[in-house]
Amino acid sequence: MESTALNFVNATLNWVTLALDAPAARAVVFGVHIGGHLFVEVLLLVVILFLLSQKSYKPPKRPLTKKEIDELCDEWVPESLIPPITEEMQSEPPVLESAAGPHAIVNGKEVVNFASANYLGFIGHEKLLDSCTSALEKYGVGSCGPRGFYGTIDVHLDCEARIANFLGTTDSILYSYGLSTMFSAIPCFCKKGDIIVVDEGVHWGIQNGLYLSRSTIVYFKHNDMESLEKTLEKITAKNQRAKKLRRYIVVEAVYQNSGQIAPLDKIIKLKEKYRFRVLLDESNSIGVLGHSGRGLTEYCNVPIEKIDIVTASMGHALATEGGFCTGSARVIDHQRLSSSGYVFSASLPPYLASAAITAIDVLEQNPELTSKLKENIAILWKGLSDVQGISIASNPESPIVFLRLKKSTGSTKGDLQLLEDLANRALEEESVFVVVSKRSTLDKCPLPVGIRMFVSAAHSESDLLKACSALKKVAAVVLKDHIRP
Amino acid sequence: MITIPYLTALTTYFSYGLLFAFGQFRDFFRKIFDWWQASNLQGYAPICLGLEDFYIRRLYLRIQDCFGRPIASSPDAWFDVVERYSNDNNKTLKRTEKISRCLNLGSYNYLGFAAADEYCTPRVIDSLNRFSASTCSTRVDGGTTTLHKELEECVANFVGKPAAVVFGMGYVTNSAILPVIIGKGGLIISDSLNHNSIVNGARGSGATIRVFQHNTPPHLEKVLREQIAEGQPRTHRPWKKIIVVVEGIYSMEGELCKLPEIVAICKKYKAYVYLDEAHSIGAVGKTGRGVCELLGVDTADVDIMMGTFTKSFGSCGGYIAGSKELIQYLKYTCPAHLYATSISPPAAQQIISSIKVILGEDGSSRGAQKLARIRENSNFFRSELQKMGFEVLGDNDSPVMPIMLYNPAKIPAFSRECLKQNVAVVTVAFPATPLLLARARICISASHTKEDLLKALEVISQVGDMVGIKYFPAEPEKQLQHQQPGKETIKLE
Repeated sequence: MESTALNFVNATLNWVTLALDAPAARAVVFGVHIGGHLFVEVLLLVVILFLLSQKSYKPPKRPLTKKEIDELCDEWVPESLIPPITEEMQSEPPVLESAAGPHAIVNGKEVVNFASANYLGFIGHEKLLDSCTSALEKYGVGSCGPRGFYGTIDVHLDCEARIANFLGTTDSILYSYGLSTMFSAIPCFCKKGDIIVVDEGVHWGIQNGLYLSRSTIVYFKHNDMESLEKTLEKITAKNQRAKKLRRYIVVEAVYQNSGQIAPLDKIIKLKEKYRFRVLLDESNSIGVLGHSGRGLTEYCNVPIEKIDIVTASMGHALATEGGFCTGSARVIDHQRLSSSGYVFSASLPPYLASAAITAIDVLEQNPELTSKLKENIAILWKGLSDVQGISIASNPESPIVFLRLKKSTGSTKGDLQLLEDLANRALEEESVFVVVSKRSTLDKCPLPVGIRMFVSAAHSESDLLKACSALKKVAAVVLKDHIRP
Repeated sequence: MITIPYLTALTTYFSYGLLFAFGQFRDFFRKIFDWWQASNLQGYAPICLGLEDFYIRRLYLRIQDCFGRPIASSPDAWFDVVERYSNDNNKTLKRTEKISRCLNLGSYNYLGFAAADEYCTPRVIDSLNRFSASTCSTRVDGGTTTLHKELEECVANFVGKPAAVVFGMGYVTNSAILPVIIGKGGLIISDSLNHNSIVNGARGSGATIRVFQHNTPPHLEKVLREQIAEGQPRTHRPWKKIIVVVEGIYSMEGELCKLPEIVAICKKYKAYVYLDEAHSIGAVGKTGRGVCELLGVDTADVDIMMGTFTKSFGSCGGYIAGSKELIQYLKYTCPAHLYATSISPPAAQQIISSIKVILGEDGSSRGAQKLARIRENSNFFRSELQKMGFEVLGDNDSPVMPIMLYNPAKIPAFSRECLKQNVAVVTVAFPATPLLLARARICISASHTKEDLLKALEVISQVGDMVGIKYFPAEPEKQLQHQQPGKETIKLE
């Protein structure tokens, strides 16, 4: 018995020794010598494979249950739709009871009106009223459809041709609202990735158009040509290989927010040097600048073909509503299908289009209106230059005379209150109607606020002198604490 | 819902594919041709990149004569269409002096105020002489006249809200209001087929935009629940406010929106409702007050009601109606109020006069007659078209009826053939509609008489047979009872 057990153990030991020293352990596989460590390595491999095949620990994903969503919805409290109403929100503008000509009736009193941008005095002009009346009788009031679907009336086509004729371009396109002209034209040509260099004092319509276009926007200092040049230099230095990038400069001819006039000849030189395209907004300069009223291009002696896109609102000098855009044929044709404010909106009422045609006819026949306007502006400047506490911040040739406080109260709100007080007193006590420039909460313009006076060619000299003396009187009362010694 | 037959879908895809291939071919040749001629851009990038206007150059220009047809009279029930011709294969179209008198099935003239009206026009001319064509100034400066105040009261009364504010253009109303009432941190949920002005306004506001399936309240509820539970993207903060934007009548579908369900859902989840009644104000409802009246929704439940005056009132402009505080706030800060010229006084007078006619305050019952007529006209026309086998969309009572065309070749065929027989229709294709679903859209007016409608039906049936758009089987002819001439209502068997 013991011998068999011993024999068994001996046999096992012999076998193990044999296995460990077996020639197989020293086999040559594909020319590689394999030692006894083969088993250890195989074991390690098995362990590694086992660990890899284990799922890693992730916290389990639990989507919200219906009950939880219900609770969240019940807990959620929205903000109110509008912020609480403050005092200043409740002020109402003065109500006119007659046409907004140079003399208007406000609250039963006759006042001298400097709040309407009626630069050439066309409000109440006989010829315009006649053409409107005949258009109303023939076409009714509205056009009842967008331009693509029977909303194109022959007066629209005539008006577009007349405007192009007047300005010397190939074609033009009519929009039904002045504000929508710029913010539909810009997204039509500027898409994501393009570069736009724009003056910081442009009005909200242009700002909105820039925002909707999703391009890269760079602001330069208001009406400062050196700042513009530096900006252009910086941009072109960065993007040398941008052949497909479209680059634009956007300026206004006469800035609504400050009354400055853009130096177009310098801008054209810069544009040609750096290969940018220019978009010009001539709302306040059509019919005003240039000896025949053709706008800033005539004033600066620049041929209009050098400007790529010119837009303007007709609600100022031409005394109708709506806007137009003009340029080369390619630019205009593209807008007829891709400009959202043109395609998806009803067209301009036909009587306003015929009023525009008549206004341009009258302007062409009477170019002396622009010189009368210039004289009026000069008279007003002379009279206002010695008003205490107020300085004139606009260009001497601009029809918007912009008055600013010499010494600011420190905050925009304080300035606004002072100026409002001034304007209200001028209206009630002196029967001179002037307005303060108001800003929306959405407006990003950094320029200071002031009083805007719109001079018209229909103002007589006595009107202007009355305005000057009225402002002097009122300013002496309101601003006596704010006048520099 | 639009169900497009398989064969039609196949042929439509094939047609578009063919047109696309041809277009690419011609572009290729044009590129080679241009290589010979030096380009005169001198270092400027081209103002329109090649691919952006591919659709315009190669597809749209072929059928350009179907769009933008000029007219030479007021857009009444019958009008004069100016004939145009082209020398260079439709690339440019030139006007002629010839006009043809056609039946107008395309203008938005729901209540017939488009032409000179016996009550409105004298008053409009009076206001023109008194206030002139424009005020040349913004509402906050010197542009508010007594007429504007009267107009806003009148509109608020008509719509059923405490106060209203009026702007000079409907498109700008949407684009300039949405950024004022909602900003970054807010959520706008809009119907998938909303108008371009709403899309622009929503984009301009900076808020997050989500879309729900067209006119499907259960999907709206699902989107609302998801969004409130998740919060703002990435930060998961709760939303500041949620606005749901819907339209009264969708202009490309002719459908009414399911307003009662949507208002109920929004009340439950505390979202604000913004209703755009551009096509429905004045055209539907017993007294013309829009979808709220038609579907029985209390106007106090809808927070912001917007509409335009172009369609039913024969004028121009848009309005927003809401609570007094809302309107005060908008007048204080909305850019369209502060920076844009106020609405032209004659247009304002036209709106006031037409509202008076609709409400019967001018002393006659013309308003009620017009409303009854447009309802009867729309229902009659729609049912007749459906009987003939056309695929017509839209609900009953809606004056907008699209007829499906599908194939791109049928668009110009239908339009030109109808014009030859003196019926002017509007055809719509991509991009205003999805690519496959081109349609012809008919707008019925209260100034269409029975004879006009019968003539239109005859012509459309004839052209439909020729072009092959009767996708549904026609019902057997029923005996129509014609009234004696002079009466305007008709009874169907």
